[in-house]
Amino acid sequence: MGNLVEIRGVTKVYRRGRETIEVLRRIDLDIAAGDFVALMGPSGSGKTTLLNLIGGLDRPTAGSVVFNGHRIDQLPSGLLSQWRAAHVGFVFQFYNLLPALSAQRNVELPLLLTRLSAAQRRRRAEIALTLMGLGNRARHKPKELSGGEEQRVAIARAIVSDPELLVCDEPTGELDRGTADEVLTLLQMLNRDHGKTVVMVTHDPKAADYAHRRLQIDKGTLVGGPCPT
Amino acid sequence: MKNFPLLGAALSRKKIRTILTWLSVAIAFTLFGLLQAVEVAFTAGADALDAKRLLTTARYSIIEPLPLAHLRQIEQVPGVTAVAYGEWFGAKYQNEGYAFPVLAVEAARYLDMYSEFTISREQREAFVKTRAGAVAGRRLVDRYGWKLGQKLPLSSEIHPKADGSTSWEFELVGILDADDPTVRGNTDVVWINAAYFNEGRMTGKDKTGWYVVRIDDPQHVRSVAAAIDARFANSPDETKTQPEKEFAIGFARQIGDIGALVVRILAAVFFTILILTGNTMAQSIRERSHELAILKTLGFSDRRITALVLAEAILLLFLGAGAGLGAAAVLLPVLNGVTGGRFPPLLVSAGIWGLGAAVALVLALLVGVPPALRARRLMIVEALAGRA
Repeated sequence: MGNLVEIRGVTKVYRRGRETIEVLRRIDLDIAAGDFVALMGPSGSGKTTLLNLIGGLDRPTAGSVVFNGHRIDQLPSGLLSQWRAAHVGFVFQFYNLLPALSAQRNVELPLLLTRLSAAQRRRRAEIALTLMGLGNRARHKPKELSGGEEQRVAIARAIVSDPELLVCDEPTGELDRGTADEVLTLLQMLNRDHGKTVVMVTHDPKAADYAHRRLQIDKGTLVGGPCPT
Repeated sequence: MKNFPLLGAALSRKKIRTILTWLSVAIAFTLFGLLQAVEVAFTAGADALDAKRLLTTARYSIIEPLPLAHLRQIEQVPGVTAVAYGEWFGAKYQNEGYAFPVLAVEAARYLDMYSEFTISREQREAFVKTRAGAVAGRRLVDRYGWKLGQKLPLSSEIHPKADGSTSWEFELVGILDADDPTVRGNTDVVWINAAYFNEGRMTGKDKTGWYVVRIDDPQHVRSVAAAIDARFANSPDETKTQPEKEFAIGFARQIGDIGALVVRILAAVFFTILILTGNTMAQSIRERSHELAILKTLGFSDRRITALVLAEAILLLFLGAGAGLGAAAVLLPVLNGVTGGRFPPLLVSAGIWGLGAAVALVLALLVGVPPALRARRLMIVEALAGRA
């Protein structure tokens, strides 16, 4: 299977006032389509920054990020937004649902950027929520849901526009063990049964066990090379 | 349309704050609706006037009379197509403290000159032929319940009769009405027959207060006015001729420049609203940096986010403006009833609605653009990390 993501010589430097911080240093990484990768490393090692670059939320200071043969790091802002909407689903540690919207409306958000009718958007959101086992929670607001349910709504939102890539930043960081396993099982199912490529940042070795391989980052560089889990 | 849920969510996020902001905008626009209606009522009379009409008065004061002999000379000025004349009678009706306008006019000429007023052919004939005849405007007739053929006892503090009494009596022979609501608003007037008045008055015989001159082309206003005044220059009765509209506006301003007053009050009100709403919007967007970053993460472009924030400001201002002007539209009929029709009818006209929409749009842009630009510049990574 070909590479979905190819990262070559990526360096990321942040400037805080007069201080310059090199967060990533000459990273090379290939992620095959259908892969499930766990990015691990200590706090401040650069794993979330790398995830942001893979998901098109940020741009590298140097190097290239290629998705399906197309460089995304050079796309203008508007096209990069379109690319994210079409190809990437995001799952965050703190769920990042809009509190004023119901679960259904939260899941529909990415579909507002498509030409689907209101009925089609509603139908797709229902399917995604049902797939996550939340068909009966569609009208609830986030504050009326448990942490595990919120994260499943977030996953439903991530998959509703059928992206190839799921980018997950500590998706189980706020969940207890049992709920974390449920969420990880869902991600595994999406990877295995629906062909989604998953890149997941985690501190949790047990969460990393769900991935095909682990990548260790330390001080902005990949260490030890890729190793299968 | 499909972004309405997002707009609704944004506005309902802090309901109390949104309601208070909406109320302050609504109250400002209620005031706008009421004051604009007053301003329009004061200028509507002038707006309805014919651009082909000039008014000739004594040069130094409108209370100085002019000789009736001027009539023939004015008629001879090139460009003049018709001339009418009238004089302020000044009257009180019975014990009413309110003195409505009573004008002594040459009936046929005045009716021809003010063709925007409607009157039946029979009543017109009666007015021309009845020496002590009078016609009254529809609003006065409705207010006092007058009937055709009844006597109108009027007292004039300005013009005593030859026998020294101030009591005059006229016969109501016609009703002045109008198809145009604006003109109808000016029908609280009585016209009496100038010939009868001239014959009975103690002083000022064969004089009149002003001449109304119709000209052939509105573009000749200045030249014809100058020609009329030139004709009487250096005579004992010099004239001042100006467009009737100009005269009416100047006359209205003698009780104060209502337009300027309204503009100043509204400027203060809207400036306050601008500060209040602008601060609220800015605060709201700052609080929602994280949520806006989420939308950007999901693929909402900078342009779309900018449009969303602007739409939020526009929606808030338009909801407030609509409610405010609606409240004014409801309040004005009540106000009209309370004043007993003594003032021109106040109403929220289509023009006021249009102006209100324009003001709301300008306010929305002034209030919405700064936070919209801030939202546009928002960096996703920084905002998600809570650093924006």
